[in-house]
Amino acid sequence: MDEEYDVIVLGTGLTECILSGLLSVDGKKVLHMDRNDYYGGDSASLNLSQLYRQFKPGQEPPAELGRDRDYAVDLIPKFIIAAGELTRILVHTDVTRYLEFKQIAGSFVYRDGKISKVPSNEMEAVRSPLMGLFEKRRAKKFFEFLQSWKDEDPATHQGIDLDKDSMKVVYEKFGLEPGTQDFIGHAMALYLDDDYITKPAREAYKRIVLYTSSMARYGKSPYIYPLYGLGELPQSFARLSAIYGGTYMLDKPIDEIVTDESGKFIGVRSGNETVKAKQVIGDPSYFGAGKADGENGKVRVLEQHKVVRAICILKHPIPGTDDSDSAQIIIPQNQVNRRNDIYIAMVSSTHNVCSKDVYVAIVSTIVETSTPEREILPGLQLLGPIYEKFVSVSSLYTPTSSGQDDNIFITRSYDATSHFETVVDDVTDVWKRVTNKELVLKKREVEVEA
Amino acid sequence: MSKQFQFKLVLLGESAVGKSSLVLRFVKDQFDDYRESTIGAAFLTQTVTLDDGTTVKFEIWDTAGQERYKSLAPMYYRNANCAVVVYDITQSASLEKAKSWIRELQRQADPSIVIALCGNKLDLAARRQVTEEEAKKFAEEEGLMWSETSAKSGEGVTEIFTAIAKKLPLTAPPSARTGGARAGPARTGVDLNKQANTTDGQNEPCNC
Ligand SMILES: Nc1nc2c(ncn2[C@@H]2O[C@H](COP(=O)(O)OP(=O)(O)O)[C@@H](O)[C@H]2O)c(=O)[nH]1
Ligand SMILES: [Mg+2]
Repeated sequence: MDEEYDVIVLGTGLTECILSGLLSVDGKKVLHMDRNDYYGGDSASLNLSQLYRQFKPGQEPPAELGRDRDYAVDLIPKFIIAAGELTRILVHTDVTRYLEFKQIAGSFVYRDGKISKVPSNEMEAVRSPLMGLFEKRRAKKFFEFLQSWKDEDPATHQGIDLDKDSMKVVYEKFGLEPGTQDFIGHAMALYLDDDYITKPAREAYKRIVLYTSSMARYGKSPYIYPLYGLGELPQSFARLSAIYGGTYMLDKPIDEIVTDESGKFIGVRSGNETVKAKQVIGDPSYFGAGKADGENGKVRVLEQHKVVRAICILKHPIPGTDDSDSAQIIIPQNQVNRRNDIYIAMVSSTHNVCSKDVYVAIVSTIVETSTPEREILPGLQLLGPIYEKFVSVSSLYTPTSSGQDDNIFITRSYDATSHFETVVDDVTDVWKRVTNKELVLKKREVEVEA
Repeated sequence: MSKQFQFKLVLLGESAVGKSSLVLRFVKDQFDDYRESTIGAAFLTQTVTLDDGTTVKFEIWDTAGQERYKSLAPMYYRNANCAVVVYDITQSASLEKAKSWIRELQRQADPSIVIALCGNKLDLAARRQVTEEEAKKFAEEEGLMWSETSAKSGEGVTEIFTAIAKKLPLTAPPSARTGGARAGPARTGVDLNKQANTTDGQNEPCNC
């Protein structure tokens, strides 16, 4: 290990693997290390024995759950939104050749004690119990307004300025009821709380368009999901990085981030070896996350908030979802007197993540009280009998500095949003700080057909 | 119409035994003494035509160097229909490594996987450390195919891949046999590449 690298990447979560792949393609000499003996960090998918080892040490997985290797249980509940930026990166980097995707069967929203499908087409919308007849007409006008909006054509603006007027103004213009606003803001724009209502409507507009165009791609829901679990995503970008010369070391303890007297990055020490590089990128766990005095007495990451997640193994589909093999269920905060929504993300053997007739649901929310597990009860109660439950409370960290002064670039923890768009935002942002240029995606051509 | 099959083939073995060189010889009929590494070439395909006209398309996964520090991802083994485990006949330690890769395959891969043990650098037979008998005996005990090759001279290279093609179960309907994660006849999921070129969002129909 006496070589010197351009960039050392610590942790093989999705954010780090995308960055590693893009940097290697860009010609950088990358060394990518992980303290674990598996890929994925906090965005890994675990088999049964890994899952029990992590959450219930000393306990063996019950034999009736089936073969260990048939399981790939995600640690974070996220889906890929079809028309989003992650899809674009997957296609442009061509890592789609290593992956296979399936749709998530349905997206549901909780209202007044029961769940209803978020309509995926006009027929479903007409029949949906979510709105009364007159409200449906008003909503139709609202969506037509958003769909026909063109920045350069004031005739489509109907007196609204998306950059000045708040979403409240837009809702009121179309006379939408609070229940409908809840549905649009939470089940479609996927806001976790209601702060967006008083902000300029542009962002909500973009999110609704993302949702509807994602829905339009494959039909059933706006989401797709990789077979064998989300952990396939970091693996595929790691492979991209390796193909372009990136060096991979798993199961490597990282003991110290070595800096010079001015605090600038020099290298990474593992045992008594130190590998040098110009820059380091890594997830918060490599930079003192969770330690009061930070890393070497320097606080490099701050806790923003906490998320509680309960991974639940079920022996049946979730009641009220039409026996869907996969689903997202959103419980808007208003419905359960909270500030943040509760999410349920469910996948099953259709996605090759567990044995036949097993369903894996993750219930999650942003922690608001000192008894987080109680906060997700409304979600757990929708699941029916729970065969096994693994609960965790994780802190979400954000870096304290841009890294441009010390060449130490830290990524963010995986947040509570339902998809990967904020992960791509982080990738784009770190890329810009590391390389001093905008991220431009080029299509690569490598396949040789003989 | 003659039958067509597609299989995922993975290479395994210690670094520098000649895995990438074997692929390069098989796919492009080239050899390069000084090639740096596997850059950009870790996903190749090559088609073998059998005597009865059946064609077998190999989707070849090279390790991209991830074997060096034991960091091959589970994705690599996933749905592999066949594996070529390579050792260097001039390095006896490399056969021991090959044996441990075979154990890894038996643990991680599908039980029906066809495994070929391959002794490479046959052109350097003067410096041989691994005898034919030793390797052959091990292969027989483990139920593996075995042969020796030289990626440099080309000797035995086409033969080993053709032998694998013949050994693969070609009786099931082609759709059932497509192993890899790529677009093949068995791909039932959604195709991102197909959809990605449509205009982004703006004017797509609203489904609400
Ligand atoms: N003499 C000889 N050298 C070979 C042969 N195959 C590969 N090499 C050389 O062995 C080295 C390692 O080969 P490479 O294909 O990169 O090995 P890999 O790490 O297993 O992929 C290179 O210098 C090759 O030129 C062979 O059949 N004969
Ligand atoms: Mg190689």
